[in-house]
Amino acid sequence: MLRIECPFCGERDEIEFHYGGEAHIARPHDPDSLTDEEWAEYVFLRTNVKGAHKERWVHSDGCRKWFNVVRDTATNEIIAVYKTGETYEIPEDRKPRQVPPCDKKEGA
Amino acid sequence: MSRYSIFSLARNAMSWHQNWPRQWRSPDPKPEYDVVIIGAGGHGLATAYYLAKNHGITNVAVIEKGWLGGGNTGRNTTIIRSNYLWDEAGLFYEHAMKLWETMSQDLNYNVMFSQRGVLNLAHNLGDVRESVRRVNANKLNGIDAEWLNAEEVKEFCPIVNISKNSRYPVLGATLQRRGGTARHDAVAWGYARGADEMGVDIIQNCEVQGLDIENGQITGVRTTRGNIKAKKVAMACAGHTSVVADMAGIRLPIESHPLQALVSEPLKPVIDCVVMSNAVHVYVSQSDKGELVMGAGIDAYVGYSQRGSLHVIEDQLASAMELFPLFSRARLMRSWGGIVDTCPDASPVVGKTPVKNLYVNAGWGTGGFKATPGSGWVYAHTIAKDEPHELNAPFSIDRFITGALIDEHGAAGVAH
Repeated sequence: MLRIECPFCGERDEIEFHYGGEAHIARPHDPDSLTDEEWAEYVFLRTNVKGAHKERWVHSDGCRKWFNVVRDTATNEIIAVYKTGETYEIPEDRKPRQVPPCDKKEGA
Repeated sequence: MSRYSIFSLARNAMSWHQNWPRQWRSPDPKPEYDVVIIGAGGHGLATAYYLAKNHGITNVAVIEKGWLGGGNTGRNTTIIRSNYLWDEAGLFYEHAMKLWETMSQDLNYNVMFSQRGVLNLAHNLGDVRESVRRVNANKLNGIDAEWLNAEEVKEFCPIVNISKNSRYPVLGATLQRRGGTARHDAVAWGYARGADEMGVDIIQNCEVQGLDIENGQITGVRTTRGNIKAKKVAMACAGHTSVVADMAGIRLPIESHPLQALVSEPLKPVIDCVVMSNAVHVYVSQSDKGELVMGAGIDAYVGYSQRGSLHVIEDQLASAMELFPLFSRARLMRSWGGIVDTCPDASPVVGKTPVKNLYVNAGWGTGGFKATPGSGWVYAHTIAKDEPHELNAPFSIDRFITGALIDEHGAAGVAH
């Protein structure tokens, strides 16, 4: 079970919280102006990263406030917790492994 | 390859079973293949098998990060059924069901397919209406389905608690008599042996680290065992599909979650069918070894850790106790987790991608095992012809743009 530090109440068991999915997905200001592809991007497409993942949690059995958690999805280590409206920059060494660009000359 | 039969069994008994040949080779990767399949689970191996058998494409490699069948193929609760609501899904899973019925003969490999009947319980009026609707939809699609009232459920599976005072009263259930279970490992092994015999290379301990793309077309894969050129590349890597697709710059409507399952100590036979309850996340059957095999719901958060939180198992077991009071004395032997790739509409994505000659087969969520043969069949067709089979055409990525979703949340065994 995860131990999550609510920025308002302190560290508690995961069962006090509910998960709210990937963070920082803003509802488009003018949905009518979006193409179908852009709408699909907003509604359905997710980063689903293996590594540091910014996500929303709500302390539903506590202060009932929403906040953001940065969690490593491979190890479940919680890297940072920050309040809604704040931003967090994932450190370089925590970012997912970058795939080297394709080298067209290199063969098998 | 030696054919398995009563005679080969007797012949090998003479030498104390010391001389059985290996079931598949472990070759080094060749520099180039016509098709490289990423992931040697049931779906990937079935795809390779049907590529060779149905389409004559045998210059194929199945590459696998770990060991063959060691991912979700070896971690699921082995339930097989085809009672899905919508025509697209119902016909797809029914096609798979028909392949299950002849699989052991086709592969010359006993996959222990047991059509013991699958019950899906209804606990409230909403469940009842949804279930009866699904029974009717199944019948219209030629899929066997029955509605049982509570007494009939008790008759079919005597250990279910149908007391009106139960926390989760049983108001009835749908029954698919042709549904059941199969030995999950044997499915992977059988397809591996069959594909290997037709010339497919199965390369284990070979992780994909990058995809080579030129002018919007895939040209090869970079692996821990060297670069491999490929005319076509097919992803069949379940929970890690987003990770591999990201190497090609493709975003998918998929989120990966841990899904846990557990077994009890071996017991004498107590349950001779499969019982599922979507509402309370109990699905249980008894293995031939006697263990009660049970699955839980998914953990809510995105995760790749192949383990989940204990409270999910506690919730599942609390529900199981209510439905099957006699389980209270059984001891839990072990639990484990796998990573399931869930789609927003609880239906898979099988088809082409924006990158030419790169194909995707993913998003099976919590119920991919039952689809293994059908998935391989249509995926092989999609790869060989570069266009989807009529059965998987509705399961394209484009449906999330057009809005033609196939919402199977009601028929999926686990909510997500």
